[in-house]
Amino acid sequence: MDVLQLQRKLREHQAAMLREGFLDDQFSQLQKLQDESSPDFVIEVVKMFFDDSEKLLNNMTRALGQVPVDFKQVDAHVHQYKGSSASVGAARVKNVCATFRNFCETQNLEGCVRCLQQLQNEYSLLKNNLQYLFRLQEEIQAAGGSIPTIE
Amino acid sequence: MDNNGCLPCTRREGFPAGLRVLVVDDDPTWLKILEKMLKKCSYQVTTCCLATEALKKLRERKDAFDIVISDVNMPDMNGFKLLEHVGLEMDLPVIMMSVDGETSRVMKGVQHGACDYLLKPIRMKELRNIWQHVLRKRIHEGREFESLEGFDFEGIHHLMRNGQDQCCDDVSLFALEDCISSTRKRKDADNKHDEREFGDSSSTKKARVVWSVDLHQKFVQAVNQIGFDKVGPKKILDLMNVPWLTRENVASHLQKYRLYLSRLQKQRDQKKCSSSGIKNPDLNPKDPGSSSIKNSMNKQQNVVSIDGFRCPNNGLVQLHESDFTVSELNKTEQRRALATNNIIPDPNMTKVSQIVLNQTFSPLNSEGNIEVFDCTIPTQYTWNQVPKRKLQDDPKSQSIASMVSSPSAASSIASSAVDNIIPVQSKSLMVNDQSSVTSNPGLKTQEFDASLIPDLEFYQQNLLWGGEAAFSPLEEDLNFFLLQSECYNDMNFGMHSIDMSDYYYDPGLTADVPNHLLYDSADYSVVDQSLFIA
Repeated sequence: MDVLQLQRKLREHQAAMLREGFLDDQFSQLQKLQDESSPDFVIEVVKMFFDDSEKLLNNMTRALGQVPVDFKQVDAHVHQYKGSSASVGAARVKNVCATFRNFCETQNLEGCVRCLQQLQNEYSLLKNNLQYLFRLQEEIQAAGGSIPTIE
Repeated sequence: MDNNGCLPCTRREGFPAGLRVLVVDDDPTWLKILEKMLKKCSYQVTTCCLATEALKKLRERKDAFDIVISDVNMPDMNGFKLLEHVGLEMDLPVIMMSVDGETSRVMKGVQHGACDYLLKPIRMKELRNIWQHVLRKRIHEGREFESLEGFDFEGIHHLMRNGQDQCCDDVSLFALEDCISSTRKRKDADNKHDEREFGDSSSTKKARVVWSVDLHQKFVQAVNQIGFDKVGPKKILDLMNVPWLTRENVASHLQKYRLYLSRLQKQRDQKKCSSSGIKNPDLNPKDPGSSSIKNSMNKQQNVVSIDGFRCPNNGLVQLHESDFTVSELNKTEQRRALATNNIIPDPNMTKVSQIVLNQTFSPLNSEGNIEVFDCTIPTQYTWNQVPKRKLQDDPKSQSIASMVSSPSAASSIASSAVDNIIPVQSKSLMVNDQSSVTSNPGLKTQEFDASLIPDLEFYQQNLLWGGEAAFSPLEEDLNFFLLQSECYNDMNFGMHSIDMSDYYYDPGLTADVPNHLLYDSADYSVVDQSLFIA
């Protein structure tokens, strides 16, 4: 596949992710921030988000596994994750967090557990898709092309 | 740094470049993003992930920063607490941030003295304009003595104690030339803010008009002659017959005058009726009225139209002790005390205002009544206006609510969206390769059956929705797959067992994928160009 095709693939994938709500405008904001002084800015930020995700998902899991469950503690983690997901524009993740918080507020354990599962799902989907995106970027750059940004 | 406490415009780059921002956020991702954004605005950024650390930095050098941006939720200290500390000790403008935009939270931020409350995700354009808060604060400090709104009680108190008769027996508790310069010098010494410099650099293009005693007297005479209810800047200007004075000068002075009178009226009416805050419509965001005085003294702002200010439901300034907590009062008082060595507890303030009242009203109004003028007040206010201190049942709170409604709207949409997915969850597998999670007895997790994976079509169809997306062939058009939520529902998907530490893209991984899937050009010619979506 030549550079043009790769670039098109990338654009399509990005557009699809936007359309399906995996990413929102914040992600394009991040891309706009990337420049010569920080050429890997987006990847670095996403990497930090991945770090955060795993830590927070672990925390949530642990908190929900306790008896009795400290919903305030769970909520604190979810709130943090919500902020974290907002940083990269992970819209679907953020939305699940919002629902999750509601369940924490009503102390609905079943709802919380479901939300945690959803979060984990959404996170893995997002991670996969982002990795695919970055892979395309690498290919393009290796072939000497430039990375198209999300419109 | 040789520009201690000065506006960045005194530096070489040109305002607002070089604005010194301190960012406090426990989320390292946000810290990184904000730092980048602020740097792109040509600001000078210092980041902190702990509130305690931030305070330490601020205390070390009080004039090292121009503005502080802080997250609300932090582990070591509540953002609101930090806000209070900064306001009390350093008197710097503080902007709060949060992903939570609930009205109550925003209200709390404002009540604690935040000059703005930003919702995450934060756009760069929002950060570009933060310099206005710095400027506003400085201008207010510079104009405090001159203005009505930011009525400098301690200044007056000081003057009176010093027995400067000239300001006591005059109409003008406004800027008296001598008083201005003396109080300015005093403040300069105390605050280490070079306000003269501010005056020069911050007054933009217009020449500053100093409303001297004589000038103000002419103004008041003109106003009385015309009659308060008929008064207008043009008429006043004509009557005053001061050639160098412009209509704009008069207009802004008139505005301040009105505010001043209304405020004094409120104080009077304090005695009669219990009142709440009134929002002044003419309040110019640059007006010193949006000052720390208001922050401390205003309880709440309701917007109603006033007829004669007789016994309005809302008062602009509340000096009644019971109306605010001691800590709120003390905060400003302490600050002022530090600045002026005049500690003015609440009762004294009322006294001062009473004296002022008595002083001003006699020459002002032959009828001895103040209710002569009438302001119509719009029913909206923006972020720059001084907010209510206490939340009351008030339609105006809607304006705040509307500003923050989008997050809640989003979450309500989200919950319905998530509901659609919920039934799927029971069918789908828990995709999770975190070993700590899978080992947790509290949650059911299932390892994905690896034997289901090796199927090219399966890969393709799951590009977006499946766990193999990262390694599926590139040649298929993704749009087809992405739209299929049914696919998502029906198919089991699983997590490719990626080692967690390898989540960052590792070029070595492509070696695992058969070459023909990535690089076989024959397949790619099939892809239709027209399917490209920009």
